[in-house]
Amino acid sequence: MIRTVRIKTVSMYVVLGLMALVFAYPFYNVFVLATWPSQQVLRFPPHFFFGGGLAENMSQLLARIPFGLNFYNSLGIALLSTISVVFFCTMAGFGFAKYQFRFKRQLYFFVIASMAIPGFLNIIPFYKMMVRFGWINTWLPLIVPGMAGAFGIFLMTQFLENSLPDDILDAARIDGLSDFGIFIRIVFPLARPALAVLGIVTFVGSWNNFTGPLILLPKIEATTLPVALTVLNSRVDNNLGALMLGNALTLLPLMIMFILFSRQIISGLTAGAVKG
Amino acid sequence: MKQLRRSKINWAPYIFISPFFVLFCVFGIYPILYSITTSFFDWKLIGTSAPKFVGLGNYINVLTIDPFFWKALLNTVVLLIFGSLLQHFIAIPLAILINSHAIKRKEFFKTTFFLPYITSTVSVVIIFGMLFDTNYGLVNWIISLFSDGENIRWMQEASGIKIVLSIILNWKFIGWNMVIYLAGLQAIPYELYEAAMIDGASTFRKHISITLPQLLPIIFFGVALSIIGGMQVFEEPFILTGGYDNLGGAENSGLTAAYYLMFTAFKAYRLGKGSAIAWLLFLVIIILNGINRKVTQKLQG
Repeated sequence: MIRTVRIKTVSMYVVLGLMALVFAYPFYNVFVLATWPSQQVLRFPPHFFFGGGLAENMSQLLARIPFGLNFYNSLGIALLSTISVVFFCTMAGFGFAKYQFRFKRQLYFFVIASMAIPGFLNIIPFYKMMVRFGWINTWLPLIVPGMAGAFGIFLMTQFLENSLPDDILDAARIDGLSDFGIFIRIVFPLARPALAVLGIVTFVGSWNNFTGPLILLPKIEATTLPVALTVLNSRVDNNLGALMLGNALTLLPLMIMFILFSRQIISGLTAGAVKG
Repeated sequence: MKQLRRSKINWAPYIFISPFFVLFCVFGIYPILYSITTSFFDWKLIGTSAPKFVGLGNYINVLTIDPFFWKALLNTVVLLIFGSLLQHFIAIPLAILINSHAIKRKEFFKTTFFLPYITSTVSVVIIFGMLFDTNYGLVNWIISLFSDGENIRWMQEASGIKIVLSIILNWKFIGWNMVIYLAGLQAIPYELYEAAMIDGASTFRKHISITLPQLLPIIFFGVALSIIGGMQVFEEPFILTGGYDNLGGAENSGLTAAYYLMFTAFKAYRLGKGSAIAWLLFLVIIILNGINRKVTQKLQG
């Protein structure tokens, strides 16, 4: 009896371990290939260990795309998006969670329902609008429209409803703080755990965004890392070593963030599904 | 009294929630309404010709003359089934496995399976392009260890492209679905299983008769999200098959509806027709979600 239980447990671990390998290996593979010089990236059998071409790949990468600028664009857009989303969504979440006002239920429903609209429905007129605004090849179209996103409002409303005690707000009001003062001085600091979740999730989403910059940032100097990588990928004189290194450098910040904050990222990204 | 109360309306909450509504009107609703109008015009992005009203012309063109639309829609449905829907049959057992009390280090497995979901599509597709390379890829190398046949030309054949795309979609989203199901499993009351244990039901039997029915609402939700996401799939096939110029690779096998929509609008510069495709695709998504709802209701009742 004990033996069959043990066999069962071991086989469960074997299945999970094999699957974990399948899920993790491609990441390892990127970093391995990033260290092999271009002519040696492709080999049969494939590389399993690191090579010595890192420096050469780096100089090739910098010669082919304005990697520094692309990195700067990716980082700048992601950081500014994160800051504005955290600010505006917490503010709206505070409004929905802690006030009673007319049409509140309907307005909140509208926010939630807006999440179900597929992105491609408005993409063509949106593009035309950005052309008219003169926002093409600027950071603005990738930051401004999503500054007060519905998902963030949902997340913050949920959190503030459940974890912000009314007594604290009443006390602050008696002390003479204005509504906005309460938001800045009381709500914001107390909402820090949820802010972290929303901020990280927003950063990841912005960092990975591809379709947006593909349409809105056509200039190679103005675009972000994912689009720059596809440019590198489609060049006639494709340098595989440079491509793999660029890919590794795009992945690295995210993987570090994920290792540090996996709990927050997973709970944030699945919040809507798990609670809804 | 009424007068008094009116004068004391607190505007703060309206101001707090207003940024969403302002932004959504400008960047959401207005373009959506505008795209309805656009879909009735022959509207080119470049050139000087003024937009010409064509009524339902774009819709008729897409549905009857256009050689790519139906092909793209069929490709999308195939990828929806193999890339997005079948993975629920993997995600549920995987969640059950991780949820088992015999398994320690649940966090490690959860994190590992979730990692692909937060990775940028471009990175993922570039990696998989290498892994499935005909001559030098890891996959063909592993196959060559077990058989002497010719290398499989994954990226040069229609079925190969669909298989690689399906594998990418599975790899990317299984972890996400698994986490959702894991949360669902943890919400099932333990007493339900105790009764079955007294009856001496097997583990498999227990999951079929207790776990699955209990998970049904979550399955409905997960499938709905898979339909919405799967019918919009664009980035994976676009990057894997080489962008606008290749239109989905061999036999347009990787051309999805959203890919064709993007091509029509941003490569062929036909905004009116692109908008018509967008609304047709939206209609298909609504219909598929209606079917999902009907099937779930049937299973419940």
